[in-house]
Amino acid sequence: MNRSPDRYADPYFAGIGLGLALLAAYVFAGRGLGASGGFASVVASGTAVVKGTAAAASSPATGPYLDHGIMSPLHDWLVLELIGVMVGGFLSAWLSGRLRIAIERGPRVSDRQRIAFALAGGVLMGIGAKFARGCTSGQGLTGGALLSAGSWIFIMTCFAAGYTMAPLARRLWR
Amino acid sequence: MIAPFSETGGLGSTGLLLSAPLIGLAFGWFLERGGLGCAPKLAGQFFFSDLTVFKVFFTAILTAMLGAFWLDRFGLLDLSLVNLPETSVLPQAIGGALFGVGFLVAGLCPGTSCVAAASGRLDGLAVMGGMLAGIVVFNSAFDWIEPLYRGTPLGAIRFSDWMGISTGAGVALITAIALCGFALVGRFERSRVSS
Repeated sequence: MNRSPDRYADPYFAGIGLGLALLAAYVFAGRGLGASGGFASVVASGTAVVKGTAAAASSPATGPYLDHGIMSPLHDWLVLELIGVMVGGFLSAWLSGRLRIAIERGPRVSDRQRIAFALAGGVLMGIGAKFARGCTSGQGLTGGALLSAGSWIFIMTCFAAGYTMAPLARRLWR
Repeated sequence: MIAPFSETGGLGSTGLLLSAPLIGLAFGWFLERGGLGCAPKLAGQFFFSDLTVFKVFFTAILTAMLGAFWLDRFGLLDLSLVNLPETSVLPQAIGGALFGVGFLVAGLCPGTSCVAAASGRLDGLAVMGGMLAGIVVFNSAFDWIEPLYRGTPLGAIRFSDWMGISTGAGVALITAIALCGFALVGRFERSRVSS
């Protein structure tokens, strides 16, 4: 399929759509959206494969994710939700002509550098999200809209740190 | 029947699990529609060159917050049965700061990295791999980290409780801040176009 991609939706329209998806999660599932928790569930299951289910289930770091043993991710609401996120993202990209294999980066970094920084940023976010008990989805959107005190602490320190360090990261993106 | 349906008997355990991919599908769809699967666009937020993240994020919060608050007021949703994320001041402040730096470097957050990867962006896939590795690092060091991780717990509280104001006043406060933010962003973008 070779065609020029459609324009992005208006940000306020996309925000209302996201907000309604989050509201649907409150109404139907009694919980909000999330992403990092799904990753943590997959890691716990992987740990159970490598170290044995008994060792992983007795560890305070991975135990809470292993109610169904190694098959836990298939019973985890967030993992199933993330599969939906990937399908939804794929369908939207496909139907708008934006589906293509590519590496998106700033104009002054190579593909290899971009992948290295993507990995490093992912590692920092993985550690940060574990400390914070969630990420921009589980704390930012879900807890933010429920007025959770800790969620707003997360939102404020997240953006404060991002903006403080941005001048140092200028070469990555500008 | 009053919501949340998973708590009040309207949705069994199978229905609850089936709701996850459907709600996730809408989540991923609107993230991609808004352009949030594109790392340079997200990173533009930190350089004031693209304010899409601010607009999408706060519009989503306003929509869900006002929807949940008024459904509760009209007796259609019991908000006390919706899981309120618990607060731990210090670990969440530190975690937020680490996360913010990671977000700046990666250009994507965990949810948007899934959208980027699903639309063929290999940098999105790399962010997902980094996330998994970061969680492995955290888990490996957990014995050492645990005192800090479990420190300064306040339980499930709203910032409005902590400030001694009603939930409604908290909702009004966030609404006012977001609307001022949208107005400022609009003015900033217009001034940049005309200059």
